[in-house]
Amino acid sequence: MRVQLIRTAVIALALLPLPAAAAVLPDDRADLMYHYYDGGGVTIDGPSLLVRKKFAEKYAASANYYVDMVSSASIDVITTASPYTETRTQYGVGFEYLRNKVTYAAAFSNSSENDYEADTATLSISQDMFGDLTTVSLFFTRGWDDVTRRGDATFADEIDRRIYGVDISQVATRNMVLGLSYETITEEGFLNNPYRQVRYVDPDAAVGFSFEPERYPRTRTGNALSLRARYFLPYRAAIQGEYRFYTDTWDILAHTAEVSYTHPLDDEWTFDVRYRFYTQDAAEFYSDLFPRSDFQNFLARDKELSTMTSHTLGFGVAYEFKSPRMSFLSRSSLNLRYDRMRFEYDDFRDISTTGFAPGTEPFYSFDADVIRFFFSGWF
Amino acid sequence: MRAVRIAGLLLVAAAACGCSRVEPWVKPYERENIADPIMAWDRDPVSSSYMRHVFEAREGARGALGASGGGCGCN
Amino acid sequence: MNTRSGFQVAALLAALAAFAWQASATDGSAPAPAFTLASRAGGEVSLADLKGQVVMINFWASWCGPCRKEFPALDQIYAKYKPMGFTLVAINVESEKEDAEKFLATTPASFPILFDPDNKVSGSYGVSAMPTTVLVDRQGRVRWLHRAYKPGDEAKYIEQIRAALREKA
Repeated sequence: MRVQLIRTAVIALALLPLPAAAAVLPDDRADLMYHYYDGGGVTIDGPSLLVRKKFAEKYAASANYYVDMVSSASIDVITTASPYTETRTQYGVGFEYLRNKVTYAAAFSNSSENDYEADTATLSISQDMFGDLTTVSLFFTRGWDDVTRRGDATFADEIDRRIYGVDISQVATRNMVLGLSYETITEEGFLNNPYRQVRYVDPDAAVGFSFEPERYPRTRTGNALSLRARYFLPYRAAIQGEYRFYTDTWDILAHTAEVSYTHPLDDEWTFDVRYRFYTQDAAEFYSDLFPRSDFQNFLARDKELSTMTSHTLGFGVAYEFKSPRMSFLSRSSLNLRYDRMRFEYDDFRDISTTGFAPGTEPFYSFDADVIRFFFSGWF
Repeated sequence: MRAVRIAGLLLVAAAACGCSRVEPWVKPYERENIADPIMAWDRDPVSSSYMRHVFEAREGARGALGASGGGCGCN
Repeated sequence: MNTRSGFQVAALLAALAAFAWQASATDGSAPAPAFTLASRAGGEVSLADLKGQVVMINFWASWCGPCRKEFPALDQIYAKYKPMGFTLVAINVESEKEDAEKFLATTPASFPILFDPDNKVSGSYGVSAMPTTVLVDRQGRVRWLHRAYKPGDEAKYIEQIRAALREKA
């Protein structure tokens, strides 16, 4: 039996970002990246290729190819199933059209793995106004997911997703830019994981608890609001602060805060450092251990819906150069970014430990390393 | 939340109705620092979109992480 | 709720799409504001010195992508029309010369480059876009102002230059 731990749906749209500035299309560029994640018994790595090109300064096209090669022996997998490997492949294309100060964009992506298929389409419009000091973007995303289950040909279900978002970017002073984003996400359908189980107190079981399948509501609406500011320091560096507030109909309330600092050196090196803090309250129907079987209408034991905190400390180095061998590239860069993450759960217990009565096991926590190594070329 | 949504839409509608008579307090020729590549919200989309995926797959919150604008304000 | 939200979004998209911004404007015949600026070639250049010629003034910066793209086209225009009583001055608006010099090392220009580091001249010409190109006739009046640059705009520049060259001083 396998556990499908990565919710691929929302991810599919994340890889084609909004147009960067409404008055000028971004430069032609290709990025080839190797990504690596290792934490909590899960290792995922793979390539990501992103290419964009503009035509006549009016049109732009972009394409993305991305693969996750998953090797999972996570806490959920080892306590309820057996370790597995899997590959998820994602393709995306995007188009932009710039006319006067308005950029129209459309993007489509498809993510595919053996038990999950996600299609996502996004339309957006972005405009500069008030003397180009303000950029307002609106976007609408629609997603269609097909959920199946390995080893069970009779199971098939869907998710229908709609996302509406507004982004406002404001040049505040000669040295500071402010940003505000608001997004509302509505999902309908099979929102849980066909493999995941919840546990309940069971005096008849040897370990004192038993498992049963999780049961989620078939709708979820979430709202997120974020504010950010980026400031140019006089000796040529940049500092940024960001805060996001999230709430949804499952009663999850989350705060995200991040500070980052960018420091260039000469014309070749750029260093980044960042710290991110995240905290959330558990979903209303979440429990690590229910008192009995079929305790309530909705049951969840997904640690992603628990009361948790995460800390991320990240570093990045970029080296920019002009490659004599690849003369068609006006400039190139080599980049290495490393993040260390720590996840701490306040109401999700580590049931892989032994010698504890059910409900007294230590709370789970784990560390993760995330590495991105990529080459960028501008042409 | 619906009130917030309507307020947001009204704000954008007001902004869209041709209000270009506001004199920009940062002139186009004063945007040297804002146009600096290090001031971009998102210098490497291939990396930031991947990190967004890493967080959204492991946390309950989603969204409102996109950013656009700033830049040189040319054309 | 979904259909209503859909309509709201569609209405907004339509409102934004209808918003148009004019890329260029033709002006009447106000006298061009005077200036005296340091030149890259040494010394100073005054607008008064150039009276009698058709003058094209281009406000640019090395951090402005369209400005950089415009340079080769400006170079060609300068070379072609200089013998006919035309001159082109490119006024750099950056507070320090360093980045402009770096750009000019890789993209040489044969026309005069002037420096306006405190932006007084940019302000007097009401520069509201980068780049901005102004055409001054033989009598020192502003005849045409063009904001922004897209490939192909140089045809409009040439049209205006030729019309101004046909006029008597």
